This record gives sequence, C-alpha cells and structure tokens, in this order.
Amino acid sequence: MAFLDSPRIVTSRKDFADSFTLTRYLATGGYAGLTKALSMFPEQVAAEVDAASLLGRGGAGFPAGRKWSMLRKSAVSYLVVNGDESEPATFKDHYLVERDPHQLVEGVIIAAYALQVTRAFIFLRGEFALGLERVQQAVNEAYEHGALGRHIFGSSFSLDIVVHPGAGAYICGEETSLIEALEGKRGFPRIKPPFFPAVTGLYGEPTVVNNVETMSNLPWIVTHSGAAFAALGAGRSTGTRLFALAGRVNNPGVYEIEMVKNTFRDIIYDPALGGGVIGDKAVRAIIPGGVSAPWFGPDQLDLALGQDEVAAEGSMLGSGSIVVLDEDSCVVRAAWRITKFFSRESCGQCTPCREGSGWLERILYRLEHGGGRVEDLDLLLDLADNIAPGLTWPPQQTTICVLGSSIPSSIHSALSLFRDDFVAHVDHGSCPHG
Amino acid sequence: MSHLRTEMRQRAEELVSLYPSRRSAMLPLLHLCQEQDGYLTDEAMAEVAELTGTTPAEVRGTASFYDMFHLEPVGRYVVGVCTNIACLLRGGEELLAHASEVLGCAVGATSDDGLFTLEETECLADCNVAPVVQVNHRYVRTTTPEAFDGLVADLRAGRLDHDVPPHGTLIRVRRSGGLRVDSAEIAAERASARDARALREQ
Repeated sequence: MAFLDSPRIVTSRKDFADSFTLTRYLATGGYAGLTKALSMFPEQVAAEVDAASLLGRGGAGFPAGRKWSMLRKSAVSYLVVNGDESEPATFKDHYLVERDPHQLVEGVIIAAYALQVTRAFIFLRGEFALGLERVQQAVNEAYEHGALGRHIFGSSFSLDIVVHPGAGAYICGEETSLIEALEGKRGFPRIKPPFFPAVTGLYGEPTVVNNVETMSNLPWIVTHSGAAFAALGAGRSTGTRLFALAGRVNNPGVYEIEMVKNTFRDIIYDPALGGGVIGDKAVRAIIPGGVSAPWFGPDQLDLALGQDEVAAEGSMLGSGSIVVLDEDSCVVRAAWRITKFFSRESCGQCTPCREGSGWLERILYRLEHGGGRVEDLDLLLDLADNIAPGLTWPPQQTTICVLGSSIPSSIHSALSLFRDDFVAHVDHGSCPHG
Repeated sequence: MSHLRTEMRQRAEELVSLYPSRRSAMLPLLHLCQEQDGYLTDEAMAEVAELTGTTPAEVRGTASFYDMFHLEPVGRYVVGVCTNIACLLRGGEELLAHASEVLGCAVGATSDDGLFTLEETECLADCNVAPVVQVNHRYVRTTTPEAFDGLVADLRAGRLDHDVPPHGTLIRVRRSGGLRVDSAEIAAERASARDARALREQ
C-alpha cells in the first residue's frame, strides 16, 4: 500500500472549486509565507530554501538554492519562471497554474525578494489559455492586495511581474531557448558556455530560471521552515513531488506524494492513486520522467520514486511524468511516435539532432507500417550512437542542448527490452501485441 | 494608418511598454494580431515590426518558428487532436482519423465551409483526459468519437461561443491597473543593460 501520510504542500487546495481565487487563497493561509519572508533578511529566506534542499522540479533536478547562489552580482537581474510545460505526458504545472495561481505568484514574490530582483517574468505555454487567464488574474489581484508593485505590504521591497505567453515550441522549455523567446526571437537554445543564465541570461543580464512547481513550494517552505521540508522524503530527494500519471491506468492524474516513500507499483496500483492497469492487464513498460528518459520494464515496479534511486537504475524522475504501457501496447509504435515528436520539435541548429531525428523517425515508421528490414535494427542503434555517442546514461552530448541527446533514449530502451517485437515487425509486418 | 483596430493598437502599445526591450513583446503582439485577423497577415506583421523595432522579415522569421502562429488563413475553429505518447495509448490516432472524416478535411487542412481547421498536435499537457482535444486552445475534454460528434454539432450551432472564443490565446487576458513600473525606470534599465553589454563586448 502506498504511503500517503505526508502533508499536501502544493495541492492543499485541491478540494476547493474556487481554489484559484484570492478570497479562497487568503482564507487558506495565502500570503502568510510572503509576510513572514518580508520580516526576514533576503539571505535568511535563501538559507531556508537551501536548508530545504529543494531540487528543481522542471526536469534536471538541480538544487534551487545552488542555482540562486550562482546569480552574478549586477545592477539589473531578472527572475524568469518556466511554465512552458511541454515534455510529453507531463501535466503537473498545467494543474498548478489553473488550480492554484496565487500560490505560484506568492512563490515568485518570495524568490524575487530572496534574490533582490525587482522584475520577474512568468513564461507560460501559449496553449494554456485558461492558465494564462488565471495567472494574470492572480497577478492583478496581488497588485490590488498590495502583494505586488511598490512597497509590498509596506516594506521597502518592490516587484513587477509580467505574464508572458509562449507560442507552441517544445524547445522553449530549455532555459536559454525560453530566454530567446522572451526576447522576441526564434527559440534557439544558446551556445554554452556560459552554462547558466545566472551569469548571462535575459538581455545579457544575470537571470535565474525556475520551474512553476519549484516556485509553488516556496510559500510552504518559508511558513514551515526548510528543515520541515527536508524532513520529508529521504536522501537528496526532499519534500513531496507532483507526479503526472498517464497511459494505460484506470485513474490517470496528478498526484502529490512524498519523495522516496512510494514506488512505481504504489502510484500505478494504489486505489487512491492510479487504481491499477485498465482491464487488469500486466505492465509491459514504464516511461518515467518524460519521453527523454530511458524506459523501465516490470522489474523496476518496486523501485522507490526518488531522484537518486531512479538514476541508479539508469533513468530519471525528470519532469515527474510516468507513462504506463500494458501488455497490449505496441512498443515499436510508441518509440516511433516519440521519435516523430523529437523530429518535429528539433530546432534545426545542430546536424546530429536535425538530421538524425528525421532519419530515425523514417526507419521506425517503416518498421511500424510493415516495410521494415532486418538491418534496420542495427541501423537505428548506429544512428542513435551518432547523436549520443556510446548510448550511455546520462547521455553524451553532440548538440547545443539536451534535446538531441534525448532522442536515443526511447529507441535504445525499446530495442534493449523488446528486441523480439522489432524482429516480429520485420518478419510479419505487424505487431504481435497490439 | 494602423492595421490594428484602435482598441487593439492600444493594447499593443501597452504590451510593448511592459518589457525592458520592445522586441520582447513579439510573441504577445503576434497573438494579438491573430486575435483580430485569425492569422498573421502581411499588414499585421509589418505593424508588429514597427512596434518592436524589427523588420517584417524578422517578424515572419520569428513567427514561423512557433506552431501556434498561422501564416495562412485558418478556419474559425482550429481543432487540435493530440497523438503523442499518452494519447496514442488511449486512441489518439483513431480519434484524429475520426475527426478528419467528420470535419471533412485532411489533417492540416481547412474544411470547405471555412469553419474548421484540423491539426495533429504534440502533447498538450492534459493527459489525464486523453486523447486531448483543443479548439482554439481551449480544452474541450471530448475523448470519444461520440463526444467529438457532439462537440462539432455544438460548435456549428454556436452553442460554445462563450467557452470557445475566436482565435487569440490572450483574448481574455487583461492586465488590470496598467503598468506598475514607470517608464523612467524601464528606460534606466534599458540603458544599463545596453551599457553592460557594450562593456562586455569591448
């Protein structure tokens, strides 16, 4: 049975239909964290976040406190919130921006205060029409309430937040690409170094880029202390995390659970969570962390949902997505569709990614549609090896950003776990499963 | 003579004034143009160039990078059906094929009556209600062929005009209270960013 005893940190208002309004937010402890933060020195607020050892919830899992500490000292610096959630099968930030926008806004104000930044941008996926409405409304209400603008709650701190819409490009989730989009350009990732926008970011100025869920944790951390947050979970994985469960399960959805205390089996089968596989079928494969991550087979069902635990088995928690494939799911079709996605979303700057993704997609297409050749299996691996040499995990990079090195994950996994399926596709021109 | 209507032009200027750099207003401005015209016309892109201090070619070059911007006319309702992994596992491809049949247009095309444009989309981040369907970027949460037929009937009859407004993701996004950072402050910020960049480039 799943361990579900931990406090709800970012989904505490999930049972309220009006959870997105200022009235409900204030009635449920809203803006108490900000009030407390403003009574502390900015360094103390940052120290609490450090003590929480909050890992970034976007995908890379970089410690938020350390990211903040790298911000180069400058007269002008910026805070940018990454709400461009586009990793396939990830929908937790979508939940947060629609259901609890004030929590996000309060988190952004707290972070800006800790960083002593006076301009912040919340970059949201353009497809989140309702999310954009709700977050802008929350920002408007925060101004009226005195939580934004000049002299917040009578303090000497001032902040302006601009809500910025994206326009449909997966790559803009990459932080330097997101900055380019925010500067009004094509979303091309920037050449590294510098590796971190904390050195050179928006308009060439030091910039911190944090994920929506990361920000949404801050009001609780400041209110209850970093130590209280760090007491949840285990090892490097502290606090709770939102998992977006999708695919062949009875109850797909967003679930907040304590880190490390639960396993893949728990989230898939517990009646209060995934509720089992549709039609009581067997689990064939799990895609943890988004489609950039290597897959797991049923052997890893009892693996704990923690950053290091999943990394030790050769994959990642990534964006917090978990996709379940059952015994009737065609893995060749899945690998093809994922590769088609990368091919469509490659920005085209780097040859291995631009050419490789399209080539791989065409091979997988013919395998899935009855035109596969026996040598295609090795060709797939050879091509994948040219994008991410050695096919290691974490992958080697031959491209400006990690989109390229993410392409081989699904192909390499599917071929390693289910080579027989590929052979059957070649032999019979169709899938033995579904 | 402005191509954007008076009210739109006013909002466009407000958008530009929100950012330390005019060009940053590019994406919101393009959304605004689509809200007025349904797609990005040459006239609108020329006006965005003027507003952002760029050229029409730069505007087109930027717009063409992003899936949500249409460089050609589209139907009144842009219907997107997701077939990415979570939707694939729940019948996304089958629903897309059904949609194509019901709407009478191929994927990527517009129906003869100009009412519908059908798109196959990448993940729309609503995978708990898969396969995901959006109309003008509103989640309509119809996952079966039967529900989809009902949706089309409702759209044709104009019964969903409140829930599914015409184009423009920002159509109901309004920044109340206006700009909070005064223009002198933004000007100083722009100057400081420019100086810092010049210093680094030396």
